[in-house]
Amino acid sequence: MVDFNRFTLANGLKVLVHEDATTPMAVLNILYDVGARDENPEQTGFAHLFEHLMFGGSVNIPNYDEPLQRVGGENNAFTSNDITNYYITLPSENIETAFWLESDRMLSLAFSEKSLETQRNVVSEEFKQRYLNQPYGDVWLKLRPLAYKKHSYRWATIGKELSHIENAKMDDVKAFFKKHYNPQNAILVVGGNVKTEDVKKLAEKWFEPIPAGDKYNRNLIQEDPQTEARTETVKANVPLNAIYIAFKMPGRLNGDYYAFDLLSDILSRGQSSRLYNSLLKEQQLFSDINAYISSSLDPGLFIIEGKLIEGISIETAEKAIWAELDKLKSELVSSTELTKVKNKVESVLVFSEMSLLDKAMNLAYYELLGNADLLNQETEEFLKVTAEDIKRISNNTFDQQSSSTLYYLTDENA
Amino acid sequence: MLNRQQAPDFKQVSTINFIRPTENKLDNDIPVYTIYSGEQDLVRIEFIFNNVNYDLEKPLQAIAVSTMLNNGTKKLTSKEIAEQIDFYGAFFQTEYIQDQSSVTVYSLNKHLASVLPIVKDVLSDSQFPQSELDIYIQNQKQKLQVSLKKNDILSRKEFAKALFGNTAYGVDIKAEHYDAIKRDDLVDYFKAAYAPNNCTIIVSGKFDEESFNLLNNQFGHNWEKSSAVKNHFNFPPTPQQFIYKEKPEALQSAIRIGKIAINRKHEDFAGLQILNCVLGGYFGSRLMNNIREDKGYTYGIGSGISALQDAGYFFIATEVGADVCASALTEIYKEIELLKNELVGEEELGLVRNYMLGSMLGSLENVFSHADKFKNIHFSGLDYDYYEKYIQKVKTITSEEIKALAIKYLSTDDFTEVVIGKK
Repeated sequence: MVDFNRFTLANGLKVLVHEDATTPMAVLNILYDVGARDENPEQTGFAHLFEHLMFGGSVNIPNYDEPLQRVGGENNAFTSNDITNYYITLPSENIETAFWLESDRMLSLAFSEKSLETQRNVVSEEFKQRYLNQPYGDVWLKLRPLAYKKHSYRWATIGKELSHIENAKMDDVKAFFKKHYNPQNAILVVGGNVKTEDVKKLAEKWFEPIPAGDKYNRNLIQEDPQTEARTETVKANVPLNAIYIAFKMPGRLNGDYYAFDLLSDILSRGQSSRLYNSLLKEQQLFSDINAYISSSLDPGLFIIEGKLIEGISIETAEKAIWAELDKLKSELVSSTELTKVKNKVESVLVFSEMSLLDKAMNLAYYELLGNADLLNQETEEFLKVTAEDIKRISNNTFDQQSSSTLYYLTDENA
Repeated sequence: MLNRQQAPDFKQVSTINFIRPTENKLDNDIPVYTIYSGEQDLVRIEFIFNNVNYDLEKPLQAIAVSTMLNNGTKKLTSKEIAEQIDFYGAFFQTEYIQDQSSVTVYSLNKHLASVLPIVKDVLSDSQFPQSELDIYIQNQKQKLQVSLKKNDILSRKEFAKALFGNTAYGVDIKAEHYDAIKRDDLVDYFKAAYAPNNCTIIVSGKFDEESFNLLNNQFGHNWEKSSAVKNHFNFPPTPQQFIYKEKPEALQSAIRIGKIAINRKHEDFAGLQILNCVLGGYFGSRLMNNIREDKGYTYGIGSGISALQDAGYFFIATEVGADVCASALTEIYKEIELLKNELVGEEELGLVRNYMLGSMLGSLENVFSHADKFKNIHFSGLDYDYYEKYIQKVKTITSEEIKALAIKYLSTDDFTEVVIGKK
């Protein structure tokens, strides 16, 4: 159970407070309701590049990191297709420094040319390090545009290509800031050894004077239902053949989300899972096999990926995956198997309350979903899922006609 | 009027409280250290075994045993073990590191009584079936092939090999090593290492007398002792080495530079950690400021000191654009020389002091982290004075001391420099 108090400032900024007196630390987490899905198709990777620029100094504070480190704090951030999330952890007695720093960069950035130039380079190196200079690193750069044709999920958060980042201009940066970085598009969570009344005073002092800005109204082009099986073959300098199959699934707020999450667990959570036992251990077709969901706000993907044992044909491997999926479509999972994945999820949720930062991030994310209290209702939602639900969603999902399959093959024997 | 240019007042972290463990023994003398917290209804139990009987002809013995530990006992198949652990919502993890192999169990308190007998069965009766071993070898060889395509991993392997040779700290694992694994070797190693007289148990979480009794009933009896020799290595200093593996298609080069240094037991260790922090130990470090934030050569660069039981080593690691590799190397060495020739300014040192104290405080997030802090000292033969001294050193070290440490420990004429990619 993650308790919290909640209030909204006059400028529309939502604030949540989680009091936890067992720690001497505090967390200030701020979620901006903007991600790669909000980008212009000609300027992809911008939300993430912008995240980097948020550390390049703000209107009144030339350097973001230094004053924070000076009070014993640390910070980081991440960008996804849906959100951009910034967080600070620091000794709770110095919490005001976090308010000072975080509010100033919500007020306005310094927009320094030097910072833009450097971060363009840094992000280009990140692009190379994580996506281009790794075996299989560019899978998502290929799989997204295969699975999505219209929706902005068709590019990855890093962007479609390096040139989009290299060409970013200061005017674009300013426009992006104005559009997305204001109190109405943000959720602030403060957690740890703090009191709600103190947080309220600090929030009113530092954040309330920030102009409300314009509310960004999202109007994304949605994907048409997929009606044809899509495939793509890539050959690359990798040692093993691999296969990635992506199916469409509903977005995070759909009532079936929890069933999908359990379905992926049945297939691939741990060494008791179906794909691991059947395809890796018994049939020995794969040396790695996984199923997972993208958990995105708009309709997402259910992905199955595996690396093939040398000498196994891609057809054999693919057929074996489908045989497992067909089983889920025709047979009910046993109550033992369903209880097993539910028990595991229940444990995961209890253990996740060990981390103050995780709690703060989760509160912000669930508040974005509509109500932070959903976080405390998760276990119940998982427990409600029935074997019939699993069979029903399997039938709705695992269909050749709505699959996108990427064959990622080694060019070593070519 | 709010003055946003004025930083709020702040305080340096004054006290850091460590939760110390209580010590008990099982009936067969296995020491149990417990860090108690009743906040959540869960517990983490770690069974830690020294690595033993190192045989350079069989470098994968301990590693394979660790990974395959839950692959079957006389009573349970590998699948049954996994199913039962998962059914109780528990987590069973094995880990091999240079000095130790451990088994960690996470469980909700309500399922502990059901989970522990499975763990006991695994820890005392693993069989390493040949059929499972065959799968393990096949899959690990495939994973190795993927790893060997990663420049960062290649640089780690080359670096460890250059510093530590064919010991457990340095051995360069190849596909042939997997092919050479024999089931009998695994059984032998299992019997030697996973024995009560080679075991330490560290518990953190809600663990009361009743839980202790459950633990004692399972692990305090009917578990065969062994005679095994704990690994011990000696490392002479290594000469200066330049290792360069060209990868013509590389977009980035992986760089790893460093040398054998000192470990936690040495009186200079805390000072060296502070020096390391200034150089490359945090986001605002000199290496990050210069090579990422000023030049944009990399997504990240850092330095660290790794403390093993029989050695410590210092390293700098990064992946940089292949076209700027030579410039990055120049800048790295320039930053090292600066520390040896110029005093760290008071402002920077003050920042580093506060950062390190905050970081120490923040690293004690929950009962698990307190247990981790205990492990750090316990297995180095140290006590909580170590942390008192560390905190004092962070608060009081002078710029002159840091310069002296840089001269003593960062002389580059015996550095090992590894570059994988293009120069």
